[in-house]
Amino acid sequence: MEGYLCIAPWLIGFALLTLGPMIFSFIISLTQWDLINSPKFVGLDNYRIIFTDDFRFRQSLKVTALYAAMSVPLGMIGSLCVAMLLNLNMRGMRVFRSIFYLPAILPGVAVTMLWMWILRPQDTGVLNHILGFFGVSPKPWLSDPAWALPSFVIMSLWGIGGGMIIYLSGLQSVPTQLYEAAEIDGAGSWRKFTTITLPMISPTIFFNLVMGIIGSFQVFTASYIMTPNGGPGYSTLFYVLYLYQKAFKYLQMGYASALAWILFAVVLALTLIVFKTSAKWVYYESEVKQ
Amino acid sequence: MSIELTGKRKRVRSRSDAELPKRIFAYLLLLIGSGIFLIPFIWLLSTSLKEPKSIFLDLRWIPDPVRWQNYPDAFKVMPFPLYLLNTCKITFTCLVLQVLSCSIVAYGFARKRFPGRNVLFIVLLSTMMLPAQVTMVPVFKVWSTLGFYDTFVPLIVPAAFGSAFFIFLLRQYFMTIPIEMDEAARIDGANTLQVWWKVLLPQAKPALVAVAIFSFMAHWNDFMGPLIYTTSSGKRTLALALWSFQGQYSTDWHLLMAASTVVMLPLLILFFAAQKYFIQGIVMSGVKG
Repeated sequence: MEGYLCIAPWLIGFALLTLGPMIFSFIISLTQWDLINSPKFVGLDNYRIIFTDDFRFRQSLKVTALYAAMSVPLGMIGSLCVAMLLNLNMRGMRVFRSIFYLPAILPGVAVTMLWMWILRPQDTGVLNHILGFFGVSPKPWLSDPAWALPSFVIMSLWGIGGGMIIYLSGLQSVPTQLYEAAEIDGAGSWRKFTTITLPMISPTIFFNLVMGIIGSFQVFTASYIMTPNGGPGYSTLFYVLYLYQKAFKYLQMGYASALAWILFAVVLALTLIVFKTSAKWVYYESEVKQ
Repeated sequence: MSIELTGKRKRVRSRSDAELPKRIFAYLLLLIGSGIFLIPFIWLLSTSLKEPKSIFLDLRWIPDPVRWQNYPDAFKVMPFPLYLLNTCKITFTCLVLQVLSCSIVAYGFARKRFPGRNVLFIVLLSTMMLPAQVTMVPVFKVWSTLGFYDTFVPLIVPAAFGSAFFIFLLRQYFMTIPIEMDEAARIDGANTLQVWWKVLLPQAKPALVAVAIFSFMAHWNDFMGPLIYTTSSGKRTLALALWSFQGQYSTDWHLLMAASTVVMLPLLILFFAAQKYFIQGIVMSGVKG
């Protein structure tokens, strides 16, 4: 009995703020509702329209998937590379670590505004200015359909510090004896990386992959501030931005709820796929090898 | 779980001269990389101290003349003390509520035996995957029906119910504390609440500080919450104020950057003051997924 009392805060919160609203939200998704008048039941119409007759839904799903496909692998490789460098036993690592980690903890609004300023088009932006030193012609960044989404990816790479720290903790828990044994057997750096480091940190890679996928499908702040209308040619109409517009700009609460459930299904499916494949590539020390 | 990231690890491997070029190369890469990562910060500070005129064409790194007046000016266009107060109210109330609620729930999951515990724990973990947008509309409707639209109530009250991620983190930490400590306290006549408050909480200090920091960050940086639930300008948080400031003064980048710097500052201070706990918390959350 005392056990239930201890977890009561969460249990009540779960019932009132998660489970109840989930059921409510599913019911709303079967209606047309503007918050003011009473909801009108329309069956699966919202879902039908979303799947068959909503260009912006398809566009937002495409934009978000494209963004995930670019930012997740790049971010994971980038943060692993930085973590590998920071894992070397050298002086000044604390300072380097802070520099790489800091951007990840700063307020999204402030970071986004800073990047809007950095990404100014043509000659007025500092990124173009710097790229100019290397002979790269100025890019239109956020004002051009082809460059707007890559701009978001570049900005996201500034925040790889969060993943980097997690990799670093994974790297530091790899027993040094394994490397010593491999060295005695004559293994080179690359060999040690692929046969010791990667398998040993595979749970960390798995964790970062799942978190990366979930995070990239829920981008909102940056897109709402930089391109509140979805950017040039809807090229940065992120899924949650579209959902927000439907709910709070057009007050189509039923439609927005249906969109939210589809988002949940997509994230769930992707996570399950990663979990399913993880048996093949994630190695846990504690498990017994057959 | 107590992995030190300070580089104090034993230097087991011998460092031969052959490794020297490798190390220089690694240093070089780190210098270039951190240089790139610092550029946005430098640009932020530089812009925040520039003259308003020709701000779009002035691409110098060091402003000339340095205009400190931008900071007082930025405060003039937005009532900074009020927004700071609003943000602090929300952030610190949530922080206290969350640390208390999460730790008692984590205590229940770590130490108590009751039917359905494991199932409930899995339910708790799976709620982490539920996008907030799924429950957004009904929760919004409920708060506004109760008359709490444009108040801080919808932003604060959920913190009293804990957060799945923090509960998970604390529960994992409590599991590492020997149960004999609880039993000893029990023999001395302590009840459940006393065991939680006097035995587990003092032992779990590093984990609690980590949760406090994450909670602070989440609420200080929150944007969608205040965006949805507040409307009057007197109720704005710093993050929201910064955004609306950008809408109104979209060409005053010197002021925008000064204001951004100020909003970032508390987090920078927090980071450098509590670096150890930041890293510890992340290590705790990341180990073995």
